[in-house]
Formats: sequence, C-alpha cells, structure tokens
Amino acid sequence: MSSAVPATTHDAAAARAPAPYTNPYLAGVGLGLVLLAAFVLVGRGLGASGAFNSTIAWMMSAVAPDYTRDNAFLSGYLTADTHPLKAFLVFEVLGVAAGALLSGLLARRVQVTVERGPRIGVRGRLALAFLGGAMMAFGAAFARGCTSGQALTGGSLLNLGSWIFMLAVFAGAYAMAWPVRRQWR
Amino acid sequence: MSAPFYKLGYFGDEVSLILAFVLGVGFGFFLERAGFGSARKLVAQFYLRDLAVFKVMFSAIVTAMLGVTYLAWIGYLDLSLVYLVPTFWSAQLVGGLLLGAGFVIGGYCPGTSIASTATGRLDGLAYVAGFAGGTLAYALVSPALEGLYKSGAIGPTTLPGALGVDRGLIVFAVVVIAVAGFAGATWIEQKMAARDAAAAATAGE
Repeated sequence: MSSAVPATTHDAAAARAPAPYTNPYLAGVGLGLVLLAAFVLVGRGLGASGAFNSTIAWMMSAVAPDYTRDNAFLSGYLTADTHPLKAFLVFEVLGVAAGALLSGLLARRVQVTVERGPRIGVRGRLALAFLGGAMMAFGAAFARGCTSGQALTGGSLLNLGSWIFMLAVFAGAYAMAWPVRRQWR
Repeated sequence: MSAPFYKLGYFGDEVSLILAFVLGVGFGFFLERAGFGSARKLVAQFYLRDLAVFKVMFSAIVTAMLGVTYLAWIGYLDLSLVYLVPTFWSAQLVGGLLLGAGFVIGGYCPGTSIASTATGRLDGLAYVAGFAGGTLAYALVSPALEGLYKSGAIGPTTLPGALGVDRGLIVFAVVVIAVAGFAGATWIEQKMAARDAAAAATAGE
C-alpha cells in the first residue's frame, strides 16, 4: 500500500468517525416492535407532545393552581391524587432521551453542535428551531398528538383521525419546504 | 384474551411507569439509529434527497399494524382495550398542516427533538424550548380556540369502521401502498442524486 497516512493513524481516525446510520427499514421494524410491545404491555402507544403538556400543566399548577384547574386544556393533565409528572409519557420521554444517548454513544454521534444548512448562521437556525417548535405545539394541541402519538401510533391502529393528520403533516411540510429552502440547502 | 397486560390488571401504575421508561429507551434508540437526531437528515425528506422519514415511519406502522392485527386475530390481544384517540377530523387536519409546516421550519418533531437534544444538538434544545413555550402559549389562549379544537368530532373511529369495509382489506391495502411507496421513494432518491450530480458537474465547468 502506498498510502501516505500511517495505518495506525488511519485506523484511529476510522474508529473516531461516526458510524453510518442504520438501514431505514431495519430501524423502522425495530421502532414498530417497540410500538407493538407498548400495545401489548400497556394498551396504548408511544407519544411525545403529551410529556410537554404534563410538564407545562405541572409548572402552571405550581404558579397559578386555581387558573390551571379552570383551564380545560391544562386540567386534562392534572389528577386529583397523583403528581402531574407521574405520567406515562413523561417517563417514556425520559427513556427516549436515555435511549437516544445510548445509541449516539455507541455510534460516536454525540457531539455538541448545531444542525444547519450551508447558508444560515447559528443564531438564525436556533431562532427558526424555536419558532418551528412553537408552531408545532399549536399543531399538536389541535391534533391531540404529534408524529409519535398520532401518525405512528394511530397510523398502525388504523385510526381515522390519525391518517387525516398524517396526510396533512406531509402536505403542510411539502408546502412549506420551498419558502424555507434557504435554511437547509 | 391475555393482553393488554396493564388494562387487564396484571400490574399497577408503578410498573406501567417503569415500562414507559423502558419502552422510551427502545423508541429513542431506534430514532437515533435511523439518524433522526439530525434535523438535516429529517428535513431531507421534504427536499426529496433522503426519504428515510417515510421509509422508517411506514416500516414501523406496517410492523406494528400487522402485529396487533394478528395478535387480535388469534385472540391474544383485545384491541377494544387499546386506547384510540378520538377523531376530530377538522381540528386534526388543521393541526397536521400546522405541524407539517412547523416541521420544515424547526427541523424536528417533539420526539426527535428529544433524541437530538440528548445527543448534543443545540438546535434540538432550541426546538424543545420553542415547543414548551408554544404549549404554554396554547394553554393560555386555548379558551378562544375551543371552537376549532372541538370541530369535526366523530369519536374513536377506525378507517375500516368509517369506510364500512373489512379490517383485513385495509391492512392489505396499507401494506401494498407502503411497499409501492418504498420502491417509489428509492426511485425518487436516485433521480434527485443524478440531478444534483449533473448540476454539480455543470457548475464545475
């Protein structure tokens, strides 16, 4: 071999490089089996936005207990006898963070960084991430779930509203892709 | 019927919360494996460069759908005990459009933003803050939005129920659509890769 890079350095670089992503069909089947396990074990699917709702309801109940009890949206996440954070989706989302960290560490993908396109600065990207998150909070509230609780979970249960939601998500995303293309490409 | 275990009283709330964490670990693990901790990987779906979002999502839907369908069919799982979010078709249509538009702006959805933050992405953290702020804002203005929130209510409804056809037929149709979609998605990825390569070659001349 006539490589200018000594073999040891080359191997060390390869060992530090992030591993390639898993085949999408394989990852999808894995995800589907986790979802199926949730149906069999607890009789409900996966979610994410509900954990945010529980957290906000808990914080609001500490600041303004009467208001929170009278607010129809927030009171749905309060129970009479248990702590608002003792909720299925709160524990599940903590698991999501742990599982993602585990996978990221195994694949050497854990890195403090900002994911952005070539034309946008760090500040602009962070502002748009915040804005998109805030918009999606309204979307998830109207839809009674997000891509996890509605599209994935409801999709596999053949829930009518979930399929309407899922088609609308793709339609909304493709419609918005052109106006914000400079953020990504 | 032997399942769902929790609904049939095989264990209590405490165990269900432990299971929630364990199931979450599996969920987060496969999200990150698929590359969904990266906003660029996710939004590439909407620029037709990488259709992994569609491929992963529909592989997962087909897997879980076939699983529950067979387990219900052999009498193991009581599907009537599995929670079905009630349909509010117009609220969910508007919510989906808003969520989809926000997806390309923010780069994540709630679940993937958690995976992204956990692996060090600061834009994921900004998204989490935005989603939390948006949830608080929604809660504060929710009384004024109740008309839309409650619109299109038709209760818990399934596609086979709404269309009045056999469940098996819908399951079969979803599998066929998914498999055709996978082939179509790969075809689109190859077309776009060829187009980008041609554009790069022209720019280089």
